[in-house]
Amino acid sequence: MALRELSSLEKYLGLKKPNKYSTQGDKKNNNGPPLVGLVTIACHLVKEAKRPELLGDTAENRAVVQQWLEFRVTKLDGCTKEDIKTILKDLNVYLQDKVYLAGNKFTLADSLVYFGIHPLLVDLAVQEKEQYLNVARWFDHIQHRPGVRHHLPPLVVLRNRIYTGRHH
Amino acid sequence: MKLFVSEGNPHCLKVLAALDVSGVQCSVQFVNHEEKVVPFLSRPALPALLLPSGQFLFSSNAICRYLFELNGHESSESCNQWLEWEATVLQPALLRAFHVAVLQGKRSEVTQVLKGPLNFFDQSLSKGNLPYITGEELSLADVVLWAALHPVLSEATLVSDEHKSVRTWFDRVAALHSCQSAAQKVLQGKGLQAMKSFMQRQPAPQSSQCRDSPPCNSNPAECEEGERAVSEEEMAAAALTWSKGLNTCSPVTAKPHPILPQEGRRNILVTSALPYVNNVPHLGNIIGCVLSADVFSRYGRLRGWNLLFVCGTDEYGTATENKAREEGLTPQQICDKYHAVHSSIYKWFQIDFDFFGRTTTEKQTEIAQNIFWRLQKNGYLVEDTVEQLRCESCQRFLADRFVEGVCPHCSYPEARGDQCDKCGRLINAVELREPQCKVCKQTPVIRTSKHLFLDLPKLETQLEQWLDESTSTGDWTANAKQITRSWLRDGLKPRCITRDLQWGTPVPHPDFKEKVFYVWFDAPIGYLSITANYTNEWEKWWKNPHQVELYNFMAKDNVPFHSVVFPCSLLGAQDNYTLVNHLVATEYLNYEDTKFSKSRGVGVFGDMAKDTGIPSDVWRFYLLYVRPEGQDSAFSWADMALKNNSELLNNLGNFINRAGMFVTKFFEGCVPAMELQQEDKKLLAMVGWELKQYLQLMDKVKIRDALKHILNISRHGNQYIQVNEPWKRIKGGDSERQRAGTVTGVSVNIACLLSVMLLPYMPAVSQTIRDQLNAPPSCVNTMLQGSGTFVCALSAGHRIGAVSPLFQKLEADHIESLKKRFGGQQPEDEPSNKKTTQQSAAGSQPAAAPAPAVAVEATPVVGADPEKAKQLAKAVTEQGDKVRALKAQKAEKDVITTEVSKLLELKKQLALAEGKSPEPAPQKGKKK
Repeated sequence: MALRELSSLEKYLGLKKPNKYSTQGDKKNNNGPPLVGLVTIACHLVKEAKRPELLGDTAENRAVVQQWLEFRVTKLDGCTKEDIKTILKDLNVYLQDKVYLAGNKFTLADSLVYFGIHPLLVDLAVQEKEQYLNVARWFDHIQHRPGVRHHLPPLVVLRNRIYTGRHH
Repeated sequence: MKLFVSEGNPHCLKVLAALDVSGVQCSVQFVNHEEKVVPFLSRPALPALLLPSGQFLFSSNAICRYLFELNGHESSESCNQWLEWEATVLQPALLRAFHVAVLQGKRSEVTQVLKGPLNFFDQSLSKGNLPYITGEELSLADVVLWAALHPVLSEATLVSDEHKSVRTWFDRVAALHSCQSAAQKVLQGKGLQAMKSFMQRQPAPQSSQCRDSPPCNSNPAECEEGERAVSEEEMAAAALTWSKGLNTCSPVTAKPHPILPQEGRRNILVTSALPYVNNVPHLGNIIGCVLSADVFSRYGRLRGWNLLFVCGTDEYGTATENKAREEGLTPQQICDKYHAVHSSIYKWFQIDFDFFGRTTTEKQTEIAQNIFWRLQKNGYLVEDTVEQLRCESCQRFLADRFVEGVCPHCSYPEARGDQCDKCGRLINAVELREPQCKVCKQTPVIRTSKHLFLDLPKLETQLEQWLDESTSTGDWTANAKQITRSWLRDGLKPRCITRDLQWGTPVPHPDFKEKVFYVWFDAPIGYLSITANYTNEWEKWWKNPHQVELYNFMAKDNVPFHSVVFPCSLLGAQDNYTLVNHLVATEYLNYEDTKFSKSRGVGVFGDMAKDTGIPSDVWRFYLLYVRPEGQDSAFSWADMALKNNSELLNNLGNFINRAGMFVTKFFEGCVPAMELQQEDKKLLAMVGWELKQYLQLMDKVKIRDALKHILNISRHGNQYIQVNEPWKRIKGGDSERQRAGTVTGVSVNIACLLSVMLLPYMPAVSQTIRDQLNAPPSCVNTMLQGSGTFVCALSAGHRIGAVSPLFQKLEADHIESLKKRFGGQQPEDEPSNKKTTQQSAAGSQPAAAPAPAVAVEATPVVGADPEKAKQLAKAVTEQGDKVRALKAQKAEKDVITTEVSKLLELKKQLALAEGKSPEPAPQKGKKK
């Protein structure tokens, strides 16, 4: 899972030489010891691709990006069924007045939280997803951003009149 | 910038230490654990850092990293990696360690819990051989890991001393002034104990939750393990037990009433939640409390425990008053009428109460008032005024459910006084717009009324102390612990114990004349008063916590009243009351795929079960088989028929009947001589193992899981007979005949064991089996001792009685008619083609509901029908899109298969309508 995310990320970043990963998720770093951990590797790749803005453009935004990356690996991964509702509810409130998770630009946080939240949304009925309108809006925005989605199937998170009731 | 922290929260150690090390200027505010600092999070999250921009950081590592970055120390990749390891690997382990050490008091388990991460950390440190984690200088990784490990490593003897490199590094970092002062601020030298109140408010760590509730997604019999290997020792031991024969000790005698606790015995008091009198209980109510408690009580008596099982009807309250008004009777008459209804239902279900009482008795008044005065005297009651609606024309205060009005939130016109059915929000009755008395339709007025409250916050510390003890030593179901913990986490508030009603236990206080006790305060006292009506020596059960173990059975909605509220009443009374040791709560049982509903006529209610013609024992069996143990489950007619036919008839009944018939037909009704061979001993060992599992599960009140092992035994038995073919060997030579004899003898003895194990579940069938086998009464209390003793109860020469089949097949048409009868008038809520195609796909099954007339459903005509073909072509396209969408979403295979079969069916009809010969479509009907 993490491997596919990282390779999607590499494609997005346009890294030419694909890196080697072991199943442990550690990356054979050419100029240093191997790295372990999804966030650590993802941040490394971003630096390698010379796209530091994806980690936030100010100190504050960098902190917020790191906050959501930590959220992804501590709260989203391995969350229980009961947690899902709270997570979506909280995220929905957070995203009320935001386009992206950190600042006004797309960052690595959007990408990894999107990957992490995808499996949570897959199992929800459209009616349930509609309770989390801001999450749905943000999610739809991210999944349609060129180059982000890659290994995941697109989800219908927002309904409009084209879809009649009987399809769902 | 502002940092919010709380005392006793281990995550706050990190940020305070990092703040001090970084030297960043930032104000620090200590707040309560429960304080909601971050506006968008629904659960309290501390520490939290308010950034100058107004944004919040709410994870400790992100905060630390930011503080370091402000000071110009951007963390290296290696440092990042350790932070991530700390957050994703070490923290979950630490949370479990704190949980076992602080809440469960099992300090000895901490080393084991932390072993993996500490080994890894130790190896990394010793390999690097550097003073700090990432190099020669202190980095953020050191501060974060020190803070994480401080609570466990600073406590002497908590973690074994084997990790030398970790220790050396830890002591080096701990010497920093920043670390010491942070530790002092957060833990105040109290070590782990300082974290107690913090830990109590955390959700239980996941892996320990898993241990509490093993996944039971499948039905008991369906989660078969592979064949278990049986060792030589096990076989020898089983054969030895077998040869011991029956105890000569006294058989189970009639219960000498009154049953009272006895010195030196295990004294067990079992209660089932008191059913509310004005409702006829449905199957969910029955399995949730009385039936579960009955099975456990019967089992306990077989185990030789000294056990008392009490229950009764809960009769006071508004609902009774209202019912009386509806039926034109007095509340007392209503109670008398429905108490009899309840009694007869439980009698039919063979619920073996030692006493089934009621709450409207003198004893109830006496005991409830006594507890009240004690609470008053001990200062646990507080007075407050409450705004209430009063209907002047009815001359009474209106309970929440007697008011209707416009919802203040969504303007729904028929909102109830407690909740709006449309938007689901909870409502305070006085907030309703245009309120109306439900009885006379007049507008009520707001009046203030003085009430008494039980001061739960004042009792909270005592309660937590008791709960720690009870939940760690007793068998509380996972849901009971979870619900209780969440109540404590949300904080306790004073609860009103009085009401402006007539039908209740009167409040004896002169300032509160004309008021009665609120049912939640009054009803649990019913357990005591019902026991008091059973025996005058009731206090030997209820004021005897050292000799008595109390089991409470209930559905999960009742948990808080039994784990928090009622214990607080009893603790506050300070009269040495027996408090619950084992709280056993079920989840919910649904009816087919919906809820039981009296008003819609959906579901089977207690009084109707006997009209189905299905025996009480079969009802008991099926309800226990689907007992919502650990998760919700559903009653389904088709499944009931299936389980009756496959498990009872073909497995259990078939085995017992064959064993008995062989004795009758081949050996003139006398158990033949048995010469045990390896194969027989192996079977005895396997049966013995299943018996042991059964006992272990039943001791832990895993009633549904234990049932699986009974069915496993008869499965083993059937295989044994099948392989050895006694009906063929009986026609062979002497040795063949002897083999037939051994197999028959062992089988009939297994049947006898099964009858004993079945007794708690199916008492009538159990007795019938023993009657048919003419089994000695002492077998009942021999086999379930210790970890199980499967002895040869029917020895060679024993004469059995007349054998006849135990179960009857439930036929599909009988079940269909029952399903129709109890299905209620379900609204046709899916008028689309979904339903019709599903029915046509179901094909071979007789449709229960009348088929809605939709074009697609019409009988396929021979010859072309252009109009119909057009409609079908459209339906095929739509269905095709649906299937593709499902496949793209990687939907469940079953779902896709169902939809594909619908598609094929539609295509077939289309072909017919177009006048072509239909392709043979594979019949993949969805069978439920």
